Amino acid sequence: MPANTKYELKLGAATREAFGKTLAELGRENPNIVVGDADLTKSTMTTFFAKEFPDRLFECGIAEANMVAIGAGLAMAGKIPFVSSFSAFVMTKGFEQLRCLVAYPNVNLKVVGTHSGISIGEDGPSQMSMEDLALACALPNFTVLCPADEVSTKWAVRWAAAHQGPVFIRTGRPKAPAIYQSAAQFEIGKAVELVPGADVTLVATGLLVAEAIKASDLLAAEGISARVLDIHTIKPLDEEALARAARETGALVVAEEHLVDSGLGVRVAQALARTVPAPVEFVGLTRFAESGSPDQLLDLYGLRAPDLVAAARKVIARKK
Amino acid sequence: MHRISNPTDLAVICRQIRRHIITMTGAAKSGHPGGSLSAVEVLVTLYWDVLRHDPSNPKWPLRDRFILSKGHAAPVLYAVMAECGYTPVESLNTLRKLGSIYQGHPDIRYIPALEASTGSLGEGLSLALGMGLAARLDRSPSRTYVMLGDGEIQEGQIWEAAMFGSFNKVDNVCAIVDYNKLQLDGAVKDILELEPLAAKWRAFGWHTLQIDGHDIPAVQSALSEAAATKGKPTCIIAHTVKGKGVSFMEGDPKWHGVTPNPEEVELALKELA
Repeated sequence: MPANTKYELKLGAATREAFGKTLAELGRENPNIVVGDADLTKSTMTTFFAKEFPDRLFECGIAEANMVAIGAGLAMAGKIPFVSSFSAFVMTKGFEQLRCLVAYPNVNLKVVGTHSGISIGEDGPSQMSMEDLALACALPNFTVLCPADEVSTKWAVRWAAAHQGPVFIRTGRPKAPAIYQSAAQFEIGKAVELVPGADVTLVATGLLVAEAIKASDLLAAEGISARVLDIHTIKPLDEEALARAARETGALVVAEEHLVDSGLGVRVAQALARTVPAPVEFVGLTRFAESGSPDQLLDLYGLRAPDLVAAARKVIARKK
Repeated sequence: MHRISNPTDLAVICRQIRRHIITMTGAAKSGHPGGSLSAVEVLVTLYWDVLRHDPSNPKWPLRDRFILSKGHAAPVLYAVMAECGYTPVESLNTLRKLGSIYQGHPDIRYIPALEASTGSLGEGLSLALGMGLAARLDRSPSRTYVMLGDGEIQEGQIWEAAMFGSFNKVDNVCAIVDYNKLQLDGAVKDILELEPLAAKWRAFGWHTLQIDGHDIPAVQSALSEAAATKGKPTCIIAHTVKGKGVSFMEGDPKWHGVTPNPEEVELALKELA
């Protein structure tokens, strides 16, 4: 249910802000919701929860591995913990703890990475996560979510709280274009078809969903009918929607703010290899970025609607 | 569980646990007998005299918890849990075999009564602190005990957790270091020295005790001092002997990860008769 499929999408809240506010709402509804943070509450926006529930916010200091493991202990004692930090830190410094203490025993911990991708901007590569989806998808038992906007993030956080099992949610720093109206409904593992189309499918996640919608408008002007799928659930992947897209449109472009060699693109290619093989082009990151404004970086690193349009033309040319 | 506090009675149980460790690891032909034998008195005292637990109701919400952070010492934990009635004694010798509930390292998928799956070193103290925080939020009397290996505390996460535990006054958590002075590659002092160990824990804000970890009354008294200590967590440094109870295993790093052959099993069992 897109609010707007015209070229200009209005900016909504950042997905990290939607996370923080939803977490505070959940805190009011369920006393078992507890939160761990690693000296970034004002950035991850767990500060909203911290203000209302200081006794249930565990500030772990700059010690992500300990934070993840403390969260696992809280979960094993019956709490519903959300632990949060920049994606770049919680997924890398906490990975071994996520593997052994969370994924392997299937512990009910929720991990929310913020400031994902290069759209964190000025802070530069050490703070930019380009591999967090790869790491999260490498963990059995984990559900992996990458919502595109405020409304879908609220759903993702609420879904995670209600779900029994580990979840990773990827969120971002900048304000995100509003894709959905507040009444939109989502289903775990089900892609949302935002724009119908017959010639090519643009498969996008996170911030790139808005770019895919813009690209479909640009392609329409060229007479190309581009379907847009929002993959808010990276794992489990909606293989059925992808197979249908491959069958009905014959070519796909996958767009993500992540390394192309290990993110949504390879998962889509794997899914199609075992269902309906079709040509696919990949829009994403291939190298470490640099400092700059989010807009400058998205332009420079090729994560914009015109980049999707070029990839769409290329993949359509490959159709048999 | 029926509490046993008499040190002589506990020593009898310790002997039985050691026999299990020898036969289990002998049958498995792989595993970690040395660091299992060093931990026997601490675990037996915990499970028979200290922990509030009920083998017929392992998920009793108010129970005390024990985490074997040095998960490779699984044989001692399995033997203790089996003798307590959590799991069958008769299948202890399936240790490490395909399909056995007695997996190479403690695995909660196979033994739900375990408090944690462990094996990757350095993580159990944080887990225990998380459980301690949950108990505090719930105003539960539950206490959490966690055994750390000496080599294990070379892991950085232990010290992240140590800082966190004292700063947050998680006084319902007690760490016990099985200080047997040996790790896989040799003596701890030659691999990466921990001393001054008690001073380190004190500097990190823990109420710190040093005991002979094979002296049952000393273990009992340290554990009750830990329970009585408020405002900070307690660390008990239990000085132990790797391979304790079997003359040819004591103090020899070889027995960290090597198991006794049938002749050695027989010899060891004679000593433990």
